[in-house]
Amino acid sequence: MEQGRATADNAAASQNVAPATLPATTRSRTDSAARDSATRDTETSGVGSASSGQAVVDWPILVLVRTRLIEFTRKPAAVFWTYVFPLVMMFILGSAFRSQGNTHSEIGVVTGPQQAELVDQLSDSPELKVSSLSPADGLNQLRAGRIVLLIRPAPEGTVGWEFLYDPARGGGRLAELQISEQLRESHGTLERLPIITTPYSEPGGRYIDFLIPGLIGMTLLGGGLWGVGYAIVDMRIRKLLKRYLATPMRRSDFLLGIVFSRLLFMFPQVAMILVASYFAFSVKIHGSGLEFAGLVILGGLQFAGVGLLVASRAKSMETMSGLINLAMLPMWTLSGIFFSYQNFPEFLHWPIRLLPLTSLLDVLRGVMLDGASCWSFPIELSLVAAWTIGTFSLALYLFRWSD
Amino acid sequence: MLHSVAAQPDQAFAIDCRGLRKTYPTRPPVEAVQGVDLQVHYGECFGVLGPNGAGKTTTMEILEGLLPATAGQVRVLGRSWDSDAREIRQRIGVSLQETILSDDLTVQETVRLFRSFYRQAWTVDQALASVSLQEKANARVNKLSGGQKQRLAVACAVVSDPELLFLDEPTTGLDPTSRREVWEIIGRLRAQGRTILLTTHYMDEAQRLCDRVAIFDQGQVIALGTPEQLIRSLGGDHIVRFTCAPVATPQQVEVAEEPWLERLRQLPTVSLVEAEGAEIRLACQHLPAVLTALIDLVRQEGRVLSDLVTRGATLDDVFIHLTGKRLEGTPES
Repeated sequence: MEQGRATADNAAASQNVAPATLPATTRSRTDSAARDSATRDTETSGVGSASSGQAVVDWPILVLVRTRLIEFTRKPAAVFWTYVFPLVMMFILGSAFRSQGNTHSEIGVVTGPQQAELVDQLSDSPELKVSSLSPADGLNQLRAGRIVLLIRPAPEGTVGWEFLYDPARGGGRLAELQISEQLRESHGTLERLPIITTPYSEPGGRYIDFLIPGLIGMTLLGGGLWGVGYAIVDMRIRKLLKRYLATPMRRSDFLLGIVFSRLLFMFPQVAMILVASYFAFSVKIHGSGLEFAGLVILGGLQFAGVGLLVASRAKSMETMSGLINLAMLPMWTLSGIFFSYQNFPEFLHWPIRLLPLTSLLDVLRGVMLDGASCWSFPIELSLVAAWTIGTFSLALYLFRWSD
Repeated sequence: MLHSVAAQPDQAFAIDCRGLRKTYPTRPPVEAVQGVDLQVHYGECFGVLGPNGAGKTTTMEILEGLLPATAGQVRVLGRSWDSDAREIRQRIGVSLQETILSDDLTVQETVRLFRSFYRQAWTVDQALASVSLQEKANARVNKLSGGQKQRLAVACAVVSDPELLFLDEPTTGLDPTSRREVWEIIGRLRAQGRTILLTTHYMDEAQRLCDRVAIFDQGQVIALGTPEQLIRSLGGDHIVRFTCAPVATPQQVEVAEEPWLERLRQLPTVSLVEAEGAEIRLACQHLPAVLTALIDLVRQEGRVLSDLVTRGATLDDVFIHLTGKRLEGTPES
């Protein structure tokens, strides 16, 4: 009891300054601070020997980027989903579509003499789906994989037909057999005309060629939504965003740090897909590598913007997962990652083309598969730029640092 | 000598807040803070005490510039959040309640990140030394104990060598040893002349660390002063607690009778008599005289005295006296 009393007295004695005397001492200190704001160091260093403040030379944005990289590399699950998952998808889909057995072959016949008669005869076959095409359109469709075989009049000076198909794909050879059989059965005059078979294996025409730009677009999409969006919501839930807000950190440094670190994760990711698909499937970039790299950066920025927007308000993981799925599902299914959106009814094409991933994939495929210049896609590039600027602006307007 | 202080009254305080209100626009609206005035002197360790939901954290977050106030004036280090937010942030350090620092970083990397936000700062080593965490510099955050994590949060708050330090419930959820370690750290930071504003719902913590405390309840300051002043306001340094049944009714009495309480108030140096069910609590100045008189009185009336406990008065007794409630997390000693 008396002991308790003594402890209380000691505590009172140890409380260094009696409150009544405080204001006077405080005043003189604050006045000097008011006269010269630069005296802050001397003031604080006067109060404790450990207080030797040093000028900070670290750039916050570099430290933020470095921090994100460290955090990322220490999360095995994140590394798996970022780097391994796209490759697994590539090998599964690439091998599945390689040995495609299809009994129903889509072929094209180029306009020319006797074309109508040929189309008539071939259309009788239940196994063939025939369309009449202009010479240029026919080649395009063959390359894009929409038809497996193209019939055109034999080169000038010769009589008969020329069959073009990719011998590496089962579909072309099968279609050729189906056509021959159909011509024999119809007992027409066409059967006796000579046929030249030309292997047509334009690089960029196989399914795997179509798939690789799709997978690259898919990883950019996922990276933006998970790598930027999810990461931010995680920090909001941990109240780390609020904690950062209590520091003089520039908000722009923080957001740029997140976006830049995302772009840095993206380069090895895309490079791995390109290298693996080159060695396993001989997939190449036919257009300018520089333009391709530029498009990847643009796409990364675009989906970082989408991720930022989706994350701007979400306060729980449940909300965030829902929002991510809501944003990703339409693009996964419609934008043409795994198959061309041309397969959807005509009236859906425009709305689909407005999705951020569709435009990006159209340009990526143009540059990668057709060797086109990205500048021949002004509408698509404008859409990607508009999505990037629009999502970033809206995200910055809506963004909540604390609850 | 004419002093300029009169012209700048708010310069006298590290924190000066008047008429502070915060209403959350929910349905029905929640009035979390209902007109709070606080003046914290430079170099003072000021405690904001109160149960959960008393408005402590909301008040802190307004003072830290993290929440806008609904009404009232706030000056921090003589400046206003509206015009000088970045400047204030350079000079304050903040440890929030329940910040979960990134698990995958090391202690050193975490402090280095926070350090990079300031113009001037301690080195990472100095910051870790100030919270005795040097030997954990290369440990991952997810390998730290609760107390070590809390010390790391304090290190992130002090790395900028701040003039004013906000610590929101720095010891909540810690075991007794870790609490004592955090107390020592706060004591050292206070000894360096820093102004510290801390919230707690542990009365012993406030009593031990704080020069002055404000007791919050339901969004208002219900008492303000040094811990000694507040305890003295009870009118006695000692608390005597007991139950006392009349012999005539051997079964447990539910409530102490008022005439009996009135007779207890007549005992020498007793300043306060409160009953909580059958339990009676006296605050008094001179303990031996009260005990002698109490035992005499009990014998005269033929009553039975049980569960007698005496102890020094604490801020907890002040809180119970003011609100009729016990603070959470404060076991009856």
